[in-house]
Amino acid sequence: MTTAASTAQTDKTARDDGSPRPARVSRLRRSWDKYWYAWAMVTPVAVVIAVLVLYPLGYGFYQSLTNANESNVAATIGAFHRPATYDFVGLDNYWHVLSGADGDFYPRLVWTVVWTVCCVALHVAIGMGLAVLLNRKMRLRGFYRAMLILPWAVPSFIGVFAWRLMLNSQFGVFNEIITAVGLPEQNWLGTPLAQKVAVIMVNVWIGVPFNMVALLGGLQSIPKELYEAAEMDGASPWQRFVNVTLPGLRPVSNTVILLGCIWTFNMFNVIYLLLGNNTTGDTDILVTFAFRKAFTGISDYAGAATYGIIILALLLAFSTFYRRNTLKSEQA
Amino acid sequence: MTAATHETPATAPAATRSPAAPSRKVRGREERSPAASIALHATLILATVIAAFPVVWILFISLGPKNAWQQPSEVLKDLSFHNYADVLAHSDLPQWFLNTVVVAGGTTVLGVFLAATAGYAVSRMKFPGSRQLMWTFLVTQMFPSIVLIVPLYLLLSELDLLDNYLGLILAYATTAVPFCAWMMKGYFDTIPKEIDEAGRVDGLTPIGTFWRLIVPLAKPGLAVTAFYSFLTAWGEVAYATQFMQSDHYTLAVGIRTFAQDQRPDWAWTSATAIIITVPAALVFMLVQRSLVSGLTAGGTKS
Repeated sequence: MTTAASTAQTDKTARDDGSPRPARVSRLRRSWDKYWYAWAMVTPVAVVIAVLVLYPLGYGFYQSLTNANESNVAATIGAFHRPATYDFVGLDNYWHVLSGADGDFYPRLVWTVVWTVCCVALHVAIGMGLAVLLNRKMRLRGFYRAMLILPWAVPSFIGVFAWRLMLNSQFGVFNEIITAVGLPEQNWLGTPLAQKVAVIMVNVWIGVPFNMVALLGGLQSIPKELYEAAEMDGASPWQRFVNVTLPGLRPVSNTVILLGCIWTFNMFNVIYLLLGNNTTGDTDILVTFAFRKAFTGISDYAGAATYGIIILALLLAFSTFYRRNTLKSEQA
Repeated sequence: MTAATHETPATAPAATRSPAAPSRKVRGREERSPAASIALHATLILATVIAAFPVVWILFISLGPKNAWQQPSEVLKDLSFHNYADVLAHSDLPQWFLNTVVVAGGTTVLGVFLAATAGYAVSRMKFPGSRQLMWTFLVTQMFPSIVLIVPLYLLLSELDLLDNYLGLILAYATTAVPFCAWMMKGYFDTIPKEIDEAGRVDGLTPIGTFWRLIVPLAKPGLAVTAFYSFLTAWGEVAYATQFMQSDHYTLAVGIRTFAQDQRPDWAWTSATAIIITVPAALVFMLVQRSLVSGLTAGGTKS
């Protein structure tokens, strides 16, 4: 539909060519002539993004400025329609959260940061180690690669259920394995500390393959000549790793770390599904905490929206800062 | 690079000299001692076991009798597909499977269409608004699902799209499209512009050029986009949990009715898990190489 209309438009403007026009209008029209098909092709995606991302985002932001909850939003129950009765409260929700008055934000934030840092550090370290091992000529390389990717190939919620089965305190095979190795058995899904260790472990298991494959790609793109030159200069394997491999990997590893931080910060499945409702809430990160706020008990939509906006702001600030720093170091 | 070529003539003397001076000898990249070989394989085998064990374990339990998860040693005495037959016949699993296929299929079609058109336009034209659009896509990937889930829930309930395939498909489009658009742009960038120009000279409209020349050439990229959208929808939990009621459960929600918090039914859960995993893992293995390059390219080219 857009196409037909815009073609007609082009024909008309082509005929009008040559007649004098005010500069602004003709610039607009030239721009339209030149770009109409690009705009026509972008229209569907722009509409979807506007309706399903930008509008809800604005709506969410608006809600975070109100006291909306399940009992006062508009609702239709059978034939009865109840209009919305919530009020505009300004920045009260933000103040309530950020001043620490709700008692949840800062503990959750600290744990979220600890969780993100632990997971990403382990992801990158283990992923890097395995990538370096796989980046050699050897037998069975394809087999190893395919097997090591398995945790990523399985949908993450299935991986989480598999771990939940293994970590069961009474019959779980995981306790049998670690007692066989000589470690004390734990009630993995019971106490808060064990829960935290368990969720990190499961998330590391799920996340390593992506890091490994991405870093392996990075390793293979480092020119061989650099290694030959380093070898000739008498660099030891460790020196080659530090002075050739790490700098060569920087563009890939920067991206992988940034993506890893964002994904881990927002990781919902592992924590929500591994522990279900058998948790005191100590293991909730900001995202799962906000989810529970929105959908358990009397839904606190305004509170959840506030948390959502704060999470988004934190991530935006972090990635802007991170990109600025890494760009600097890449150029240096 | 110049440094490397400059050094090349030195190779021969260095190679002959090194046996004479063993104290300075440095091991090259392609040589390793037998002990190092054993250590390498041992490490990789250990890693492989850790990576594969949970999946193998759930497969193992699924083949056993009903209470196998409490007595894993009983499984080998009584291997059967009993749990699979049971769960397919006596639960809503087939219905959930169908729901998921519909939703994932819809997400794939919508995702590929939106991502391909947008990616092509951005790849070929520096039009006003293109940078803002790509920036929006990048930021959207950063959204925690929780930012959108409440407003989307209320929006969909106003539009009467809650508990509806279309509603869930649209919600998934918000997750899949931004990434896919980046990936398609990257793919279209690799197709020479001369092809477009040739098409225009032969009298095709811009849309015709896209549809008749570029889309057939971009099939591998489109396939990866399609699979990515499919997998996103196949494994998503949070939206599906809130938006769908029991008749329209997807697999990710349905399996939780077996794996309840209090008394999980691991026989059915494990069999269902394997049924869910097989299609997803096959699709994944087909596309994983292209997926990684797409993921990292999307991040670096901003």
